[in-house]
Amino acid sequence: MKLITAIIKPFKLDDVREALSEIGVQGITVTEVKGFGRQKGHTELYRGAEYVVDFLPKVKLEVAVAADMADKVIESIRNSANTGKIGDGKIFVSPVEDVIRIRTGETGAEAL
Amino acid sequence: MDQVLELSYALDTFYFLIMGAFVMWMAAGFAMLEAGLVRTKNTTEILLKNVALFAVACTMYMIVGYNIMYPGDGVSEFWPGISFFLGGDNAAADVIAGGDDAPYYSNMSDFFFQVVFVATAMSIVSGAVAERMKLWSFLFFAVVMTGFIYPMQGYWKWGGGFLDAAGFSDFAGSGVVHLCGATAALAGVILLGARKGKYTAGGEVVPIPGANLPLATLGTFILWLGWFGFNGGSQLVVSNVSDANAVAMVFVNTNASAAGGVIAAMITAKLLFGKVDITMALNGALAGLVSITAEPLTPTPGIATLIGMVGGVLVVFAIVGMDKIKVDDPVGAISVHGVVGMWGLLAVPLTNTDANFGAQLYGLVVIFAWTFIVSMIVWLILKLVMGIRVTEEEEYEGMDLAECGMEAYPEFISAK
Repeated sequence: MKLITAIIKPFKLDDVREALSEIGVQGITVTEVKGFGRQKGHTELYRGAEYVVDFLPKVKLEVAVAADMADKVIESIRNSANTGKIGDGKIFVSPVEDVIRIRTGETGAEAL
Repeated sequence: MDQVLELSYALDTFYFLIMGAFVMWMAAGFAMLEAGLVRTKNTTEILLKNVALFAVACTMYMIVGYNIMYPGDGVSEFWPGISFFLGGDNAAADVIAGGDDAPYYSNMSDFFFQVVFVATAMSIVSGAVAERMKLWSFLFFAVVMTGFIYPMQGYWKWGGGFLDAAGFSDFAGSGVVHLCGATAALAGVILLGARKGKYTAGGEVVPIPGANLPLATLGTFILWLGWFGFNGGSQLVVSNVSDANAVAMVFVNTNASAAGGVIAAMITAKLLFGKVDITMALNGALAGLVSITAEPLTPTPGIATLIGMVGGVLVVFAIVGMDKIKVDDPVGAISVHGVVGMWGLLAVPLTNTDANFGAQLYGLVVIFAWTFIVSMIVWLILKLVMGIRVTEEEEYEGMDLAECGMEAYPEFISAK
């Protein structure tokens, strides 16, 4: 099993969500985050005092899938979250030791 | 004829009460404005300060402040004498008797209208000292400010004391209320010091953005609405053609000045910063309102707009200037009410031929000196006795948890 973490632009969330539903992903977790990569920030003024806006709003998406689904999910996210402009985000893949369904206690692939 | 006199009395009393209620609503305006311009971790505390200071002001003014400010016949033009609690009200017979000395409004309505003014003056202080002052030190200061400092200088002008005799003119309180409040705030801020991290060792100003601009905007509009009572009610009478027209003019000019303040502040901010800073636009509206408060009757609406515009330009520069001299004022209270309050006083002779610059300057200096010196003494005593600033750790943690034990925007609270 794999945990796929994607940092995407916030307005792309709906597109990504729909795309994942279409390939059969049943659950995701989203968090509002801030961050930057190579997309630079800019300076603004608050009552005359300067500050740097480094951190830009992004959405973090986490989805746990069976190992054989991983490539399809990655492809799906990449296509739906892509705008072609700087700041589109990144996808991280990490192995998952176990998954447990809280209600029933099922583990492993059945819990996904 | 008797009925007409009684009706006139009733109307003017009613007018005082309604205008007083409008000014009371400004307390909500201040609370929302300040809540919007501080950080989330300090929001509960500033809301509590606003509610509490209003209550303290009303109580202290009732106990002793009102009588200091309006003794009827003061002991001298400098010293009003001291007496406690409120007197009785007028009998219908006295009203109907007519003549110059006949009362034309309820005494209680006069108290009600005045008490909300002292609360306004006090609330100016709460914004300037936000995010690092101890709650109870602030409230003890409020006791002295509303019971003594404000009423004394109020007596000197509106109570018939020496400033009034000298020809000092202040229709609704650019000096007596706004400059007074701002001066008390200035004394406090100087002794208190800036928020941690606001000014770097290298001389840079670090912005500390407010957490809720919708609240700040709501607060500004509420203050704008309440100000119609503040200035409109200060005509004191509405029950005849001349006064009714005057009241209407005051409403129009008050509104025009606020509008002028917004426009001027927006343009100034755009030119200085490249983009319009909404907090400057909001302060601009208030600056316009403060500018016209000393004389909202004699200007034409066009002139009133210009007076407000000057206030709007001044306030932007004042806010930036305060930061340059390291006077940390999270909401710009000292700039809006102090710097522009002074402008409001000095603008009076431009349209009011009964006033003159000399008397205005005299009143300005007296109000400033009295309020600053006495406030500084009180702040110093409070600092020595109980301290006025929270610890660095408490300031970091936030006033809400440190002083109130309650977050304004709670998350992850577990209920049992």
